Amino acid sequence: MKIAVCAKEVPDTTAEKRIDPDTGRLDRESGDKMLNEFDKYAVEQAIRLKEAGAAEEVVLVSMGPAKATDSLRQGLAMGADGLLLVSDDGLAGSDYLGTARALAKALEDVGAELVLFGAESTDGRGGVMAAAVGELMQRVWVTSANTLAVEGGNATVDRQTDEGVDTVTFALPAVVSVTKAINEPRYPSLKGIMGAKKKPQEVKGAGDLGIEGAGEAGAGTKVLGIETPPPRETGVKVKDEGDGAQQILDFLIEKKIL
Amino acid sequence: MCGVMLDPLFDTHREVRALAREVAQAEIAPRAEGWNARREVPLDAIAQLAELGLLGVTAPEEYGGAGLDVTALCVVVEEIARADVGVSVAIAAHSGLTVGPIVRFGTAEQREQLLPDLASGRRLGAYALSESDAGSDPASMRTTARREDGSWVMDGAKMWITNGGFADLFVVFARTGETGPRGISAFIAERGPGLNVGREIPKMGLHSSSTVELAFDGLRLDADRLLGEEGGGLAIALSTLDSGRIVVAAQACGIAGAALELSVEYASERSAFGGPIGRFQGVQFPLADIAARLDAARLLTLHAASLADAGLPHSAPGAKAKLVSSRLAVDAADVAVQTLGGYGYSAEFPAERLYRDAKITEIYEGTSQIQRLVIARDLLGDAARGGT
Repeated sequence: MKIAVCAKEVPDTTAEKRIDPDTGRLDRESGDKMLNEFDKYAVEQAIRLKEAGAAEEVVLVSMGPAKATDSLRQGLAMGADGLLLVSDDGLAGSDYLGTARALAKALEDVGAELVLFGAESTDGRGGVMAAAVGELMQRVWVTSANTLAVEGGNATVDRQTDEGVDTVTFALPAVVSVTKAINEPRYPSLKGIMGAKKKPQEVKGAGDLGIEGAGEAGAGTKVLGIETPPPRETGVKVKDEGDGAQQILDFLIEKKIL
Repeated sequence: MCGVMLDPLFDTHREVRALAREVAQAEIAPRAEGWNARREVPLDAIAQLAELGLLGVTAPEEYGGAGLDVTALCVVVEEIARADVGVSVAIAAHSGLTVGPIVRFGTAEQREQLLPDLASGRRLGAYALSESDAGSDPASMRTTARREDGSWVMDGAKMWITNGGFADLFVVFARTGETGPRGISAFIAERGPGLNVGREIPKMGLHSSSTVELAFDGLRLDADRLLGEEGGGLAIALSTLDSGRIVVAAQACGIAGAALELSVEYASERSAFGGPIGRFQGVQFPLADIAARLDAARLLTLHAASLADAGLPHSAPGAKAKLVSSRLAVDAADVAVQTLGGYGYSAEFPAERLYRDAKITEIYEGTSQIQRLVIARDLLGDAARGGT
């Protein structure tokens, strides 16, 4: 079995991010980049499945600038076997749907029975990709997996919901997004880092994969403007002179919270 | 924090640094205070670094190492030193001073036999040159090795041996011939009968590092335990220190980086007279000086490392890097203590530890006086020795 892990290069979470006021897009050129933290859990889970003998190959799939291979190599250093990056100037400005269309085409090209996603990306924070790609590929899709086991063409996950944990078993092929509770991602080893350079790293354009309806032209959404949120107003300070509790109660009632 | 700086490192070195930084900050930094307070050598942390391959940075790939260069070792040691100086010296002594000379001077059999276990960290190494009466002047050493029935018998004692408390394997220097520099040979000795490991020597700093005295009491070494040529030991020792001092310079940069980071953080957050103390020039200027000197020291260190990696002479450049970086480490730690004031002097905050740890970089692997000697001889040639 082949597992594909959708992974993304994101701006360093500790660095300040810049939105280009002309395009309304995140400036992906400047500043340090990293592999999306959430994706490491998906990569780790895929490698563990391979180590357990449930899969033969783990391939990373991504869309981004050509330089994104630098960050994605961390996934190869952890133990993934290869990488397919969809990179094309015409894909810049893709919205969630466009991105999902491009990834779905790339995943069809890879032909993996199991597709894994991290819960969300630390830049976009949409958390919709697994569901969108699953729909486009007409596959079973399951989100928020706290566990993931594969046996005999079926997968079983414990999935986190607001009410509790659902245990779901489904037949592959499928698309699954995993939470941070699923495992503890390993550090890449020095040998892994050295070996990663020699692993296959393919870059394909939109035309190579027959991607349509992506990029700015295919976007169903449009950024009309960018504004910095207004600074938060100072809250009400309650000085307790014996009537502190009453003051808080009055405040909550006034705001119709109680 | 250091702002935009053209990064002189190549991709591989950057990736190695990212790994070392992530591991150092997540696994070592949070535990460093405890280890040092308890004077505990964290063998479990060293084992974790070994598992990630960080003890085999410079060992050739054919022996299970990463086959990387001095620059890579510098990058790793700097990052580990930022988190805990004691752990960083364990790596430096193992990789730089033990693996290094075996790679360069070992026979094919010695490399084959010793390097795989050293590269993987299954066995740890130490370097035994200094004696209680022979530090800067190693040619005056008194430890001897004499031939007896086709093997060597070693007697004497070594002092301040880093990693000695736990090392499995020692590169040891002993006199095998005439007095003076040409009568010294290098050996590979293993922990066992005849090699007595003494008590831990109490130190000013580096409390998470093992430093012991070794005593050789008729230690028998097979003929194949000789490293390099008979009589060629001092040349091996000095050439090993040539690259070793670049690694110490990197370690010093790590200490200075940690001290600066701590100072900047505190100066931004600590408030006095109605605002952060970082708005006072009396606080700002020492930090500015350290920041400028740190960039210079780091670039000088990487320059010396790149010369070593290119196989070019790097004795004087390495000496310059260590001289400048080690003084910077001491000054940066002093600035950190001063910036943090009472908190800086308190042993419950890391500035105090950095202050104690920094000093050793001006002493081991050649004191700053010896570094100046190396630099002066490079400048003046024979004239520096009084000749014409």
